[in-house]
Amino acid sequence: MSEIPGDLKFLKSHEWARAEDDGLVRVGISDHAQGQLGDLVYVELPEVGSAVKAGTGAAVVESVKAASDIYSPVSGEVVEVNELLNDKPEIINEDAFGEGWIFLVRPSDRAELDELLDANEYEELIENEDH
Amino acid sequence: MTEKTVLNATHRALGARMVDFGGWDMPINYGSQIEEHHAVRRDAGMFDVSHMTVIDLHGARTREFLRHLLANSVDKLKVVGKALYSCMLNEQGGVIDDLIVYYLGEEFFRLVVNAGTRAKDLAWIEQQAATFEVQVKERPEFAMIAVQGPNARAKVLGLLHDVDRPRIEKLGKFAAAAAQGPHGMPLFVARTGYTGEDGFEIIVPAEHAVALWEALVAAGVVPAGLGARDTLRLEAGMNLYGQDMDESVLPWEANLGWTIALDEGRAFIGRAALEQQKAAGVPRVMVGLVLDDKGVLRHGQSVLTANGAGEILSGSFAPTLNKAVAFARIPAGEPGDVRVDIRGREVPVRLVKYPFVRDGKPCEGI
Repeated sequence: MSEIPGDLKFLKSHEWARAEDDGLVRVGISDHAQGQLGDLVYVELPEVGSAVKAGTGAAVVESVKAASDIYSPVSGEVVEVNELLNDKPEIINEDAFGEGWIFLVRPSDRAELDELLDANEYEELIENEDH
Repeated sequence: MTEKTVLNATHRALGARMVDFGGWDMPINYGSQIEEHHAVRRDAGMFDVSHMTVIDLHGARTREFLRHLLANSVDKLKVVGKALYSCMLNEQGGVIDDLIVYYLGEEFFRLVVNAGTRAKDLAWIEQQAATFEVQVKERPEFAMIAVQGPNARAKVLGLLHDVDRPRIEKLGKFAAAAAQGPHGMPLFVARTGYTGEDGFEIIVPAEHAVALWEALVAAGVVPAGLGARDTLRLEAGMNLYGQDMDESVLPWEANLGWTIALDEGRAFIGRAALEQQKAAGVPRVMVGLVLDDKGVLRHGQSVLTANGAGEILSGSFAPTLNKAVAFARIPAGEPGDVRVDIRGREVPVRLVKYPFVRDGKPCEGI
């Protein structure tokens, strides 16, 4: 398990959000989540320009084992998606907190970020899940 | 209460991700299911299958009993050591379980049945055995390791005692024999498997299982989890009990007709129901599907055909093919354009003859 970067915020459903310097919010799934899912084989990305709503499905990742909805941590407009995942979904397995990001949102309400778990709270959550 | 095989601590030490599998705490993978899958297709991998149930049958009338119990004919077993795949049916023709039976002597046959059906299988077999005076003896003191892949046999042979090696090397497919393993441990080596690759399934006394596993690791055999075992057997076109057939399904509807022996005068359990359905027409058939688009076919998805809806039985991403394949049960008759409902989206799929993969390579037309 890789270290959880301190600048990330989390949903209980294991998505992370990173507030970038330009005001956009980058979204992915945690290293813990990719480990639970196993080898990813397919990612259904949202469309650029589409609206996403905090806490609702925006993308789908499929592993050999199961399909999982990816919830957006914040509401807003999708401005970019990680096209590399179309051919190499395993990037998420290899680098969930970095190269394996899924989509980038222009948030409509930055206050939603404050409602997410911080890295410590998320770490506590997955520790409890494991026991 | 979750059961553990004797290799449980070994799996955990290897960093396996453990899951509950029919009441057993088993490794689903040791890191990457896809890499383990490829290891078996390209070289050699091994699975702990100690959760499977070994049942020994003894008695003068054992063969006669098995003629009654099994839908395949044990009279095909003419040479000691030979094995046969068969369904065990109820009176309605439904599949209680699928199993392998080994002929070990005129008064001694061995069954290997599924873990998830252990209790009901034992109860059924004991009930049926009583009138034949056959002794039914479960052998929980055995562990089982399946070593599979193009190089699997060579790697196992290297661990056997010199005097046994030539004999085990010559062992034909679907045959078994005793041999001595590392440190003289007694092994029951069967040239069988559930991956579509050559290899052995080895029954070993539980107290020697860890040493055998470690010797196999040292010989370059890659530990593989039950996740890879599932994608390997699906690619190889092999049914999984509980997913592809169960007591509500007759073998004709599960592509298991090849295992049914309607030999003259043999009154096996379920025969009347099988003959009746065959005469009346089999209402549903099991087919192979390939999804050429992105996405994954999964158990329970609806399959839409010209004759009505069916459903996906086993379905998964197939690592050897780099796309999804599945078994589906659909209404009999010309199906027209077949589509699968994937999360509300109707996706076209191709109906194909399977196996999907044989000897490490995609089959023609897949």
